[in-house]
Amino acid sequence: MATMRLSSLLGQRRNGQGRPLHWTDVAAYIYLAVGVVLMFGPVLWLVMSSFKTQSALLEFPPSALPFAQVEVTVPGQSQKLPLFRVALPDGTVRELAQLRRIGLIAQMIDPADPSQQFRVALDKREPVRRIALATENYSEPLQRFAFLRFLSNSVFVTVVATLITLLINSMAAYGLAVYQFPGKQAATLAVIGTLMIPMTIILVPVYLVVTELGLTNSLWAVILPGAATPTGVFLLRQYMLTLPKDLIEAARMDKASEWQIYWRIVMPLTLPALAVLAIFSIMWRWNEFLWPLAVLTKTEVYTLQIALNAFQGELQTQWHYLLAMTVVTLIPVALVFVFLQRFITTGIGSTGMK
Amino acid sequence: MAELKLSGARKSFGTIDVLHGIDLAVKDGEFIVFVGPSGCGKSTLLRVIAGLENVTSGEIHIDGERVTHLPASERGLAMVFQSYALYPHMSVAKNMAFALENMGLKPAEIEARVARAAAMLRLTDYLDRKPKALSGGQRQRVAIGRAIVRDPKIFLFDEPLSNLDAELRVATRKELAALHAKLGGTMIYVTHDQVEAMTLADRIVVLKAGRIEQVGTPLELYNRPANAFVAGFIGSPRMNFLPAVVISDDGALRVTVGEREVALPRAASGLVAGTGVTLGIRPEHIDVAPDTGMLTVTVDLVEQLGGETYIYASAPGLPQITLRQDGQSQVYRGDAVTIRFTAEHLHIFDATTGAALVRP
Repeated sequence: MATMRLSSLLGQRRNGQGRPLHWTDVAAYIYLAVGVVLMFGPVLWLVMSSFKTQSALLEFPPSALPFAQVEVTVPGQSQKLPLFRVALPDGTVRELAQLRRIGLIAQMIDPADPSQQFRVALDKREPVRRIALATENYSEPLQRFAFLRFLSNSVFVTVVATLITLLINSMAAYGLAVYQFPGKQAATLAVIGTLMIPMTIILVPVYLVVTELGLTNSLWAVILPGAATPTGVFLLRQYMLTLPKDLIEAARMDKASEWQIYWRIVMPLTLPALAVLAIFSIMWRWNEFLWPLAVLTKTEVYTLQIALNAFQGELQTQWHYLLAMTVVTLIPVALVFVFLQRFITTGIGSTGMK
Repeated sequence: MAELKLSGARKSFGTIDVLHGIDLAVKDGEFIVFVGPSGCGKSTLLRVIAGLENVTSGEIHIDGERVTHLPASERGLAMVFQSYALYPHMSVAKNMAFALENMGLKPAEIEARVARAAAMLRLTDYLDRKPKALSGGQRQRVAIGRAIVRDPKIFLFDEPLSNLDAELRVATRKELAALHAKLGGTMIYVTHDQVEAMTLADRIVVLKAGRIEQVGTPLELYNRPANAFVAGFIGSPRMNFLPAVVISDDGALRVTVGEREVALPRAASGLVAGTGVTLGIRPEHIDVAPDTGMLTVTVDLVEQLGGETYIYASAPGLPQITLRQDGQSQVYRGDAVTIRFTAEHLHIFDATTGAALVRP
């Protein structure tokens, strides 16, 4: 099904399916291809790099795929030895393991026949490399650094904050969209006006409030201050304004209380807008950095983003862990998009009318 | 099942007055139709009764209880909207059950009531469908069903048939009449279609610019309209209105119609010579009478419907005159015919106020 749709999509032409390519088709494909590279290039690079070993990451020139030098066990040697392809003076090329390096000379051993040893100049050998996935980039931080803890903190913050955001934003939007009251315009403008105040400006005052409430180093300090978003209120209000007024009046005639109208009529019909806001909220909360950094100082309440920051030291950055854990943090957001994106395009709006 | 009483109900939106003091009493079990041209305030009046709009002043009583400031949900009325306003995310059964759930009825009782209403409206097979999977007529019936299950004090209908095609409209109109006969509830119905009003109503309320022009049974309004507006609004084709001037009123009223002087064998007391009046005569009360004609007119258009014929004719200085003839007429376009008014069916209205001076 999906492939069929994809093939028919790729067959689209300006003058209808199956016609020769018009120059605008070519331009469109080039434009889209550039877009794909720009959007997915960095992500692809991130994923591939996250499987590289620390040494492979620092290699220059960089390789696209995660190569690693092959190491072999040689009888009589306690440690694994790196394997090299060596051009010997007699003209033959053999794969030898390196015992040790002394200056510009490497002492090599044949893994098949440990009795044979060779002395080889450094420029005569070349490492044997295979594609190898450094899965320890993932497993080690997950075990050693309590990354699962950070993950669950992030999930908690994201889920709870999104639920609270959806609830109180939709309630505010309902009030501003459905009721007539003096000062309604002013209230709406005030809500939208707060869009113009950046987080950095109110960071200190909000921090003081949170401290005063004794919430520092609690996940609620991250959840509560940003729960009411002007964007969300505005988005939902605009959507609710498009709902037919008759539906709400019909519900009133049907003896529904205001809460029931909100919960059983307006909320289900606002689902497409709620899905959009949910996606936004999940992205905001999952990627939030500055505010959690300010209020969370203890390791056990770190969210993923703050924990990632911990890999970045003053003197050295553990790139292999950082890249791998960045991939981990990307997965949930990607999944959310996969499952919620159909809601964005689904309109439920006016199906019961006329 | 209830009575409704409106006294001095006024409604203004800002500085615009929509209702100018409506006094009306609706009897228990009555089918009342509000009719009038668009913008006459009939829908607003219905919404005021429903409680969806508050009156600016005046009182509303239902069954003797004052409900003027009661919200819509507590008045115990049910309304069928022009757009049907079905909840798009609920099945037909859920749509009908919604109000009952809000009333706190037991699930078994709700199911029984929904099933009964569905059977009455032939919706039993569609109970699990969403409104978007229904035809216009079915949606209409769901909207009515949603009102019926409630067993409300009064049913309110806001132009419920205007979104249906002509054939379905006639069929649903008959069903509504049958439904009223069966349920016997008090119903208030708003329409701009005078045919719907005539066919459905026990009594019709004719509204114009926020005022009641006349209240009466369909035939009362048809036969004895209180003024030129009601006379013109009720009846299709419209009543003919001819400007005239009274010459004398001594046993037989003599008037000038256009350029002709016409003697009407009918007395009307109190008409002073020289008064400007409007003669009103329904199309079926004008005959083609070659010998005893009062006016000679030229035929502009003939509509042959088989069972009846409409003739549109004109005379110098007069508006177009419509005649209704039974059967098939032998009059053709361009013919000059003489016509005669059936004098006992003649209405005479004041030329300025439109008030009826002489009624048949």
